[in-house]
Amino acid sequence: MMNAWKTLAGAALALSLGIGGAQAQVLFWSTQARPVEETQKMRSEVLKGFDGGVDYQVAEVGPWLTRLQAELQAGSGTIGVLGGLHGDFSSVGADLVDLSGIDVGGVKVNEAYKKLGMLGTAEQKYLPWMQATYLMAANKQALQYLPAGADLNTITYDQLIEWSKNIAEKTGSPKFGFPAGPKGLKHRFFEGFLLPSYTGSMVTKFRSAEAETAWNKFKELWQYTNPNSTNYAFMQEPLLTGEVWVAFDHVARLADAFNQKPDEFVAFPAPAGPAGRGFMPVVAGVAIPKTSPDMDKAKALVAYMLKPETQIATLKATNFFPVVDVKLPDDMPASVKAFGPAIATMTGAPDALPALLPMGLGDLDGKFNQVYIDSFERIVLGGQDVHGVLEEQAAALKALVDQAKAPCWAPDKPSEGACPVD
Amino acid sequence: MHGKALPYLLLMPATLFLCIFFLYPFALVAFEAFTRDGGFTLDNFRTMAGNWKFPIALWNTILLAAIVVPIQLVMALLMATVVSRLETGRGAALYIFAIPLGISDLAAGLIWLAIFDQSGFLNTLLSNLGLVDKPVMFLGYKSKLTIFIAVVLAEIWRATAIMMVILVAGMGLIPKEYYEAAEVFGASPWKRFVKITLPLLRPSLQTAIILRVILAFEVFAVVAALGGTNLPVLMGETYNWQFSLQDRNVAAAFALLILAISVGLTLFFLRVLRVPKEARI
Repeated sequence: MMNAWKTLAGAALALSLGIGGAQAQVLFWSTQARPVEETQKMRSEVLKGFDGGVDYQVAEVGPWLTRLQAELQAGSGTIGVLGGLHGDFSSVGADLVDLSGIDVGGVKVNEAYKKLGMLGTAEQKYLPWMQATYLMAANKQALQYLPAGADLNTITYDQLIEWSKNIAEKTGSPKFGFPAGPKGLKHRFFEGFLLPSYTGSMVTKFRSAEAETAWNKFKELWQYTNPNSTNYAFMQEPLLTGEVWVAFDHVARLADAFNQKPDEFVAFPAPAGPAGRGFMPVVAGVAIPKTSPDMDKAKALVAYMLKPETQIATLKATNFFPVVDVKLPDDMPASVKAFGPAIATMTGAPDALPALLPMGLGDLDGKFNQVYIDSFERIVLGGQDVHGVLEEQAAALKALVDQAKAPCWAPDKPSEGACPVD
Repeated sequence: MHGKALPYLLLMPATLFLCIFFLYPFALVAFEAFTRDGGFTLDNFRTMAGNWKFPIALWNTILLAAIVVPIQLVMALLMATVVSRLETGRGAALYIFAIPLGISDLAAGLIWLAIFDQSGFLNTLLSNLGLVDKPVMFLGYKSKLTIFIAVVLAEIWRATAIMMVILVAGMGLIPKEYYEAAEVFGASPWKRFVKITLPLLRPSLQTAIILRVILAFEVFAVVAALGGTNLPVLMGETYNWQFSLQDRNVAAAFALLILAISVGLTLFFLRVLRVPKEARI
């Protein structure tokens, strides 16, 4: 009997303590690091160093937004800090607190991303938190064929074409590789790299003369591209077999090559065109909703997320890269060591031109990508007339954007209503 | 009374099953094909026909069926004749011929992919024989003809047996007396085949051809494995619209088109290979 009372009292005490703890903790409501191991690592390794404790909770975008909107409508809430991709914040920008006053303690945050975080306003709606992107990778054997005067860190599309041509001619077979298989991420290359680099736009200048130049350049590059590319999904595989010496892909799809044979490959930024070095960052940010219960603590948590130590812990937990200037420690996987500097060079380049993942299209995302894939299949694989194809595909693109009423996203200029296709 | 109702009662479960799992989904698909955002429209069919890949996919599918089915028909007749004649080992031969039937079509496609792939069996063989210096790319986007031939081969390998099985059963039904009479009159084996086997095999031929033609228009997994997106076919486009492009309505339009082709061809073969009631065995 006595024992039972003790247990009960103990439980009550634990319960009250637990509730007390929960009230003091900041609720970090996030769409990122959703896989269980990543969530666990976020809690046990990344956030444990924050004074006052953090309750890290994840949800898919739909439920994430629903709860946030419910709290905003009610005018009071429990969410302290929000974590999400750039696109996740775009619809709630008006209800986010200006973070420009936060003291990040002398950390240098990527300027291009900070500007993205303003969501086209004068306020810092969110602060960049972490990033992933696409990169170029090359077998070191290919480096001897680099055209004179070309530097990997400032490479241009013309140099890439010349380089691939050199390799093809000197070794007897084309060795540029491109993930053009059914499961490859080819559309991201056209949307975020090739077209922005030539037109400075993803949507608006889809059928401009500059876009025609871009496609013609890619056709030129395609001559020196391994024809097996239409079967590739993850470029790490042909890189490892040596079928391909120079390749473009998402960092997660290149990592194995670097981890298995760290001494054989180099990573470098995507090439630049006349309009800049177009690249597609996958940027996640942290923000504070107006209904956050403890504003000071929430701001402290945001500043904590940007500390170099936290950024490195985040990289280990999620494989997303830092958005602040930081020196990576030596115990990182080889892929991280190779990608870190390449990403920093690309995103920090003076001609850097971030092109965001399509936003506001909802379930039309697949069709949006298909416009770019169709253009590729018709122009490059089918050899159809560039101008004619772009005219037709532009009509399809315009219909999609109009249907979704999606306003422009970077690098296209913000628009009133649906993003125009000139 | 009870005796009369029994057959219908016994048919009830199957009928119910068909209604729930075939007719009802079919009605839903048909409904989706003709509507968009709640209103009746032919837009889905217009979108389908206006897509640049549609004529290519339609043509590829028709061409595949037009090439594969006749070859399979001839081969199946040959194999069925051989099997029917066998005195010993008939069962064994039948089983061996029918092995590909037990393999799913995707697996069949993958088997042939392992043969034609750049690092596949055929390339290994050719380079071991010293016929090529470096692996040949048989299935690249430039070699549509090779992809087509590979698909034809895989389809023949995979699905000839289903026709053969039907024909073997049909041949077993032809009374021996006809052949004996023909032999008495000195008819050659070829003449016996043309004058006795083929006409009396009509009902089985009809079934075999209809089944095979319908399957030919539904060809998907083999093409997907061997050709990826290099050889568009109707079923592949249906899949693409449903899952990549997330447009169920246009996918439904594709499905209805395939159904319409299948129904049309079924009616055609029912008519052409019709067996008058009095001529049935």
